[in-house]
Amino acid sequence: MTVDAVIVGSGPGGATVADVLTRAGWSVLIVEKGRNHLLDPDDLSKPAADYSNDELKFLYRHFLGPDPLVEPRTFRTGEEEGDHSHVGEVNSIPTTVGGGGTHADGKVPRFREEDFALHSTYGPIDGAEVADWPLSYDDLEPFYAEAERSVGVAGQAGANPFAAWRSGPYPMPPGAPMYGAVLSTAAAERQGLHPYAAPTAANSVPYDGRPACNNCGFCAFFGCPIHAKGDPVAMLQRAMASGRAELLSETFVARVLTDGRRATGVEVIGPDGVRRDIAARHVVIAAGAFETPRLLLLSGFDHPLVGRYLMVHFQTFVIGIMPERMHGHRGRAVTHLHDDAVIVDDAARTAARAAGLPWIRGGLVEHGGPSLPIMEAKLYPWGKRHKQLMGSSPMRDRMWAFTMQGEDLPQATNRVDLDPTVRDVRGFPVARVTYHPHRHELVASAHHAPTLVRVLQDMGATWTMTATSPSPVDERDRRGVEAAVPMSRHVMGTTRMGADPATSVVDPYGRLHGFDNVVVADSSVFVTSAGYGPTLTLVALAARAAGALVGRPSAGEM
Amino acid sequence: MPLWLTEGELRILRAACERLIPEDDTPGAAAAGVPEYIDGLLGAFMVDPPRIWAGGPTSGRYGGDAGFARFHRLTALDELAWRTRIEGSLGRAEREFNGPVQGLQERYRTGLEELGPGFCSLGPDEQDERLRACQEFTTLLYAHCCEGMYGAPEYGGNRDGAGWDVAHYPGDVQPRGWTDAEVSGP
Repeated sequence: MTVDAVIVGSGPGGATVADVLTRAGWSVLIVEKGRNHLLDPDDLSKPAADYSNDELKFLYRHFLGPDPLVEPRTFRTGEEEGDHSHVGEVNSIPTTVGGGGTHADGKVPRFREEDFALHSTYGPIDGAEVADWPLSYDDLEPFYAEAERSVGVAGQAGANPFAAWRSGPYPMPPGAPMYGAVLSTAAAERQGLHPYAAPTAANSVPYDGRPACNNCGFCAFFGCPIHAKGDPVAMLQRAMASGRAELLSETFVARVLTDGRRATGVEVIGPDGVRRDIAARHVVIAAGAFETPRLLLLSGFDHPLVGRYLMVHFQTFVIGIMPERMHGHRGRAVTHLHDDAVIVDDAARTAARAAGLPWIRGGLVEHGGPSLPIMEAKLYPWGKRHKQLMGSSPMRDRMWAFTMQGEDLPQATNRVDLDPTVRDVRGFPVARVTYHPHRHELVASAHHAPTLVRVLQDMGATWTMTATSPSPVDERDRRGVEAAVPMSRHVMGTTRMGADPATSVVDPYGRLHGFDNVVVADSSVFVTSAGYGPTLTLVALAARAAGALVGRPSAGEM
Repeated sequence: MPLWLTEGELRILRAACERLIPEDDTPGAAAAGVPEYIDGLLGAFMVDPPRIWAGGPTSGRYGGDAGFARFHRLTALDELAWRTRIEGSLGRAEREFNGPVQGLQERYRTGLEELGPGFCSLGPDEQDERLRACQEFTTLLYAHCCEGMYGAPEYGGNRDGAGWDVAHYPGDVQPRGWTDAEVSGP
């Protein structure tokens, strides 16, 4: 039997493609390497009951995978470090049915108009390949609107003065603001910033058959126990309910099969270890920005740019200890954002010039508080003071924090390729990450962090600290190479999209240049990283790519 | 009766955990069941299903049923990963595709031996000194103490929520969650 499309990966990208294709009457087979903890095994159109408020299971016991003992990755900052300088966990974005959507805290902002045209708006930067996207915000807007309806986004149109134009309101109003965010947004406004309720893919009212979020606080790193987070369970449920989709979990795609000019299917290895071929008219790859280029390389696609221009977000953490308890464990983990650091204003231009750069851009800033006691406990010393610190809780309950998801410029040397020696449990070369931030990221971080310190001080912080991931070089000397491995789970850019096959891997609809029935439908196709979480943009792009496959000219109703 | 450790090892482990998170006016690691949490991890495969991942979606502490008590079944791949982590690779080819892996069981056996059979009869300052001298083992032990003290009680530690009480932390709160007023107010 030949399916219309085999989809590699069941995260937000793959789930979106499955939803759009099955709606158009196509038969699809979704192949997922990880386990199914998302959908009810007895009825895949319904959610499962495996997720829980359990810090051990989700943060320390690899419940959502990948387990670095069977699926390691390797890392180095540059070729001078040899084959690799770190083996094990490198970005543990989940390997599970639902992919990265399962553990995301569901902040789903859109990009801005200029994010699609950085090169023509601001010009090049030495040492980076800043380029325009082959599509504009206006091209994508209908698909953003469709994506927001599809996953179910709560937000407030007009609340963010820097937001791109939108054709309609959010499907739901925002949920309750966290106490700390009530204080930090007031302080931010006093400091001239423009905070707003975060567009969040967690229901504020019952939506699409799923309940409203009950504020349990276990969002980031956790699967939602009540499935109030819509991404990507909403798309998967609809696809499975269509009767035209099949899901194969615990199944590894070893290779895309081709006849030299077109893909004919994929070779998979099932949980029993048996290899078999699946015939398909189209192959959609949505395995994430590490595993997608790995699969292309394992399959022998030899475009020289496969794996290049890997981007993460350069994260700046500004934390403050408050005189009172913030109870960051109540609510949706992050309820407010501000975009001021994305804007290239006079101060940013001056800071850029002083550093010898033409321009700098920071990123979206999240207002949030830590909430997890095991994570907190490990920060304190052992002995008599341990319980005193846990009781007064400076590093959790009395902490408030800003995280800036800083724009990371695309560099050809930052890449994913196949490690020459390290293997996964099935014997295949693992993804090796070579990554080093551009100076732009460091300068932007240093420029914007002091503003965030001032906001925390205005809030009443008695102590503040600034840190980044990846860490500065001196910290790396002290803490080892792990400090150089980016903590960001936002990974993008390893199969760059463009009109010209010489400078891009896929075309403006995600089709592999030269293989028009192979489509990449995840954040690998991003041209630049913007300072915004990638999920909504990758869902919109996946809906657009899937629409092109079925001949749907524009976005549809969800 | 310990699950995997010997009685003698459990005594040393209990004394060591108690120095890392000592009792004051609230229970320390020993009374909170942290040594039993660690023994439960080392002996996870002596129970069926193995005590690796507690179930969902609720524990029963705030309503709902006691789903945490139903531990997940492991797939063959999960079991390979966790047996390798706990037991080590033991020279078996299927566990050594990237070279040998030292297991937690061996690290505990040698670590507790390093602390010495006389550890329990030392004074507190001498015990602390011994723990500082065995830095690598103490780092591992402290990480597990934090997990056992503040993780869900179903894993064997945090007895009756003793650790969460220390931290003024409510633990898992599904299906109750928090009201909007509790989220937004002080």
